[in-house]
Amino acid sequence: MAEPLLELRGLRKTYGAIVVTDDVNLSVRSGELHAIIGPNGAGKTTLIHQISGSLNSDAGQVLFDGEDVTQLPMHRRVLRGLARSFQITCILPAFSALENVALAVQARSGSSFRFFGDAARERALNEAAMEYLSMVGLAPRARVAGGLLSHGEKRQLELAIGLATQPKLLLLDEPLAGTGHEESLRVVETLQKLKGRITIMLIEHDMDAVFSLADRISVLVYGRVISTDTPERIRANEEVRAAYLGEEEVV
Amino acid sequence: MTELTHMRPASMSSAAARFDLVPFAIFAAFAAAPFLASASGAEGYVLSLLTRVMIFGIAAMSLDLILGYGALVSFGHAAFFGIGAYAVGILASHGIEDALVQVPVALAASAFFAAVTGAISLRTKGVYFIMITLAFAQMLYFLASSLAAYGGDDGLTLPARSLVAGSGLLESDYALYGTTLACLLGAYILLRAVVASRFGRVLRGTKENITRMEAIGFQPFSFQLAAYVISGMIAGLAGCLLANQAEFVSPAFMTWQRSGELIFMVVLGGLGSLHGAIVGAAAFLLLEEFLPEILHAASFFLSDDLRWRLTENWQMVFGPILILIVLFARGGIMGLLRRGHHG
Ligand SMILES: Nc1ncnc2c1ncn2[C@@H]1O[C@H](COP(=O)(O)OP(=O)(O)OP(=O)(O)O)[C@@H](O)[C@H]1O
Ligand SMILES: [Mg+2]
Repeated sequence: MAEPLLELRGLRKTYGAIVVTDDVNLSVRSGELHAIIGPNGAGKTTLIHQISGSLNSDAGQVLFDGEDVTQLPMHRRVLRGLARSFQITCILPAFSALENVALAVQARSGSSFRFFGDAARERALNEAAMEYLSMVGLAPRARVAGGLLSHGEKRQLELAIGLATQPKLLLLDEPLAGTGHEESLRVVETLQKLKGRITIMLIEHDMDAVFSLADRISVLVYGRVISTDTPERIRANEEVRAAYLGEEEVV
Repeated sequence: MTELTHMRPASMSSAAARFDLVPFAIFAAFAAAPFLASASGAEGYVLSLLTRVMIFGIAAMSLDLILGYGALVSFGHAAFFGIGAYAVGILASHGIEDALVQVPVALAASAFFAAVTGAISLRTKGVYFIMITLAFAQMLYFLASSLAAYGGDDGLTLPARSLVAGSGLLESDYALYGTTLACLLGAYILLRAVVASRFGRVLRGTKENITRMEAIGFQPFSFQLAAYVISGMIAGLAGCLLANQAEFVSPAFMTWQRSGELIFMVVLGGLGSLHGAIVGAAAFLLLEEFLPEILHAASFFLSDDLRWRLTENWQMVFGPILILIVLFARGGIMGLLRRGHHG
């Protein structure tokens, strides 16, 4: 068994007396699509914040690619190949879709302390950015300002931005939330294509998508991982049904 | 709907292309002004006023780099005016009168001050950043006031304008005007390049959304600090010019009111366009200069007594005019022009 790409050891986050994530131990294997499910307020987004480094943990360790990254700020983790998307859309609204992605390409190609030369005309950056946009099906909208895209298109854009940072692991926080039917199909299709090529940690409430995409699923309830297993076993797991699936009647 | 949104950036960019005429017009006007000045008969006055306008234009433009493109509201930008001016004044009082020494010293001192205060200020955000930049500028103001050897509160009169490689070239008002214009153009070209560069794109990104920039692997702090240093150095250069224009240096160059005026000029002209800051500086200073006469002429229907009082208290009109422009011309004067183009 290969070494896991991501390993969480005893990760914990509290706000005063509220324990949001509690002793989370989890490992994500290289190449897998690992879904995290759990009821609202279970602490999924908080966990992503802790892994990506946008939130400091109160206890525990984040091991990524064999190294302890617990103390690294978010931007340093990104450069090591740990990218994320946000539950609440996070793009540069005044930049065109292309420039949103080109900026992410720029972050990974040479120094950005260059004070001369028109960045918007750098062929290499724009061509790479265009490829990522095509990958998520947003190429025709490349010139549109990010802020003018539809909600679903913004989610696709965020996916393209994440891919452009050339991640080894992509953390996706509800990429389907609020998207229309067609857009959601397009995102699922994109994820299907990415599966196996990069490792993905997917948080999603859409159970059809989760069960069709995931290699393994972890269930988070009240900040604790109560089970990690294959989709079939998770579906059959009594504890999971009682804690989560049962109450929502989705199987 | 989708068609519409698709159209928008295209039409915006063509408007932007037409817009590039504005900076040309500005620089053409400044280049032509000395010829008109010599015809006017009051050339000394006109040249000195316009030199001041350009100097403030340089400072306002440097502020626009961090304010308009980086959303960093520095309320202490006049400090750099002071650093540049005092570098000239202090060195001159020790017999070092050549600009080839004074300007590099001024730039280095500005860069140092910007690096140190920026590194501290940029750890804070929003209103705290405003307050802390103000506090640093005030520190410098009080320091200058306490420099008894260099005139303290009263300031310091320059023995003469700076030499350039030993020659007294700048003694001519025309030469000072031309030098200032060259600095204005140089600063504009430099900043225009910086804004469009890779660096500038990251800076613009941090203005839009800091979290997103971190999430693609940039550390906003280092880019903001570099922008702060560049901005401070250019404002420091403006300070050198101001000392030469006034032939005088004083703590009054770096009062907080002066910092506020610089912000006002940038907002008045339109944030984030560079040449807007020049237009803002010109509008501000020319209005300040001529409003009394304009009011006097426009109030011909009032009694002499009222007319006199109105002219005397022109500042009571100045404030509201500025407020109205900012309120009703979103995007400042540049925004107004842009809408004129569209409509
Ligand atoms: N800054 C904060 N201060 C206090 N409590 C917080 C804070 N941020 C999150 N919480 C609490 O932590 C819990 C977990 O929040 P989190 O956003 O991680 O849940 P989630 O699993 O992502 O939920 P959802 O499915 O609705 O997105 C919630 O009860 C929330 O109220
Ligand atoms: Mg969440």
